[in-house]
Amino acid sequence: MKLDLSGFESTAPFVGASSELVGGLAAAPSFDIPATTDFDGFQKEAIQMVKPAKGTTTLAFIFKEGVMVAADSRASMGGYISSQSVKKIIEINPYMLGTMAGGAADCQFWHRNLGIKCRLHELANKRRISVTGASKLLANILYSYRGMGLSVGTMIAGWDETGPGLYYVDSEGGRLKGTRFSVGSGSPYAYGVLDSGYKYDMSVEEAAELARRAIYHATFRDGASGGVASVYHVGPNGWEKLSGDDVGDLHYKYYPAMPSTEQEMVEGIEQEMEEEIEQEMEEA
Amino acid sequence: MVKQQPNWSPYDNNGGSCVAIAGADYCVIAADTRMSSGYNILTRDYSKICKLHLIYQHQHNKQMSCPAMAQLLSNTLYYKRFFPYYAFNVLGGLDNEGKGCVFTYDAVGSYERVGYSSQGSGSTLIMPFLDNQLKSPSPLLLPAQDAVTPLSESEAVDLVKTCFASATERDIYTGDRLEIVVLNADGIRREYMELRKD
Repeated sequence: MKLDLSGFESTAPFVGASSELVGGLAAAPSFDIPATTDFDGFQKEAIQMVKPAKGTTTLAFIFKEGVMVAADSRASMGGYISSQSVKKIIEINPYMLGTMAGGAADCQFWHRNLGIKCRLHELANKRRISVTGASKLLANILYSYRGMGLSVGTMIAGWDETGPGLYYVDSEGGRLKGTRFSVGSGSPYAYGVLDSGYKYDMSVEEAAELARRAIYHATFRDGASGGVASVYHVGPNGWEKLSGDDVGDLHYKYYPAMPSTEQEMVEGIEQEMEEEIEQEMEEA
Repeated sequence: MVKQQPNWSPYDNNGGSCVAIAGADYCVIAADTRMSSGYNILTRDYSKICKLHLIYQHQHNKQMSCPAMAQLLSNTLYYKRFFPYYAFNVLGGLDNEGKGCVFTYDAVGSYERVGYSSQGSGSTLIMPFLDNQLKSPSPLLLPAQDAVTPLSESEAVDLVKTCFASATERDIYTGDRLEIVVLNADGIRREYMELRKD
């Protein structure tokens, strides 16, 4: 019995043939491959040059009124901050958002490619693509480039016929459906704030405030996150940007200006010494 | 079998720095003209600034706008994702409304519209200075604030000259001569300034 192995055929690009920009976007784009015996070693060196922005904090969660998506805006190359104003929330189309973590160029290029594919699906099928479908398209593309050094950790958030949808997709080929995700070096801090404050029955303002706080606290403790905290809401009519605040300004809003413990101790000791001196003077 | 190390790398760092600043109705782009390899100087007179719009004009029958060119450059770089061009670019021009626009890139095509930018060996020296002088509000803030600098054209050109004079002092790969290109509604203007040659 001949086994059907068509499912294993990869959609990876062919070596050498580079197609026109317009024609090539309908199929998977083809890439020049370096003529070397040690592809992995070469990629490792090339990655040093590319230096993807792994330092980041992005988060998204589903609640009663839809999906809330938030991210910081810092890009770092090693220890150097290459930009404080990176757009990490990518607008795929008017009702779907993608977040960026990992290689900035990888995320930008493949999200744009996904947006084109979604539009083609709309034109071919006379209806919008679902979040499930869009995330699957992206996951399949990334899986076909698995092992080649792409670095993408993204969340696809949108509102389709079945309601709000949220998927996590990464360049290892993983794709997870969920209600609450945070991706990046600052994600542990964001999860702490997000998990402790989350309720399904929140209003849009409350959810936005929770998302903003989570990003702020992550930027406070994680050196690789910072810049501007952007918050987006995806509702039945598509996405809307709710706020973009510099985290330096958010600090004065969220971190109460109380004297530190040490300062209180010093002030307490000084007060005691003054009282002692007064007592001695009275006795004398 | 012992893993063989490659003896030859297709990449070479030729050093140098470039800067671009976007203004309300102009754009200033500047780069030094030194080309080096290791400790050698290959030439003192290498222009790092080029004009690109003619092919698009023929194909699309209209002037190529800066944002369109920005996307084209990004795609060109990303198509070499697995064998990258070793190039950190800065693209400058005027957008459809005549406002200055500057786009900054990494080696594989990730790009961002900014009010000013510098790349190259001297960028770590020049960028903090530009942040101090020109710090523009982030384009991500809501309500949106204008990212272009309020400086006049001649002030921006002077600022660029100051940047390079300082960078030349502390970066061995930057020097010789500075080429400045100014784009505005009247067209393109080129200017040169001598820098330290040591």
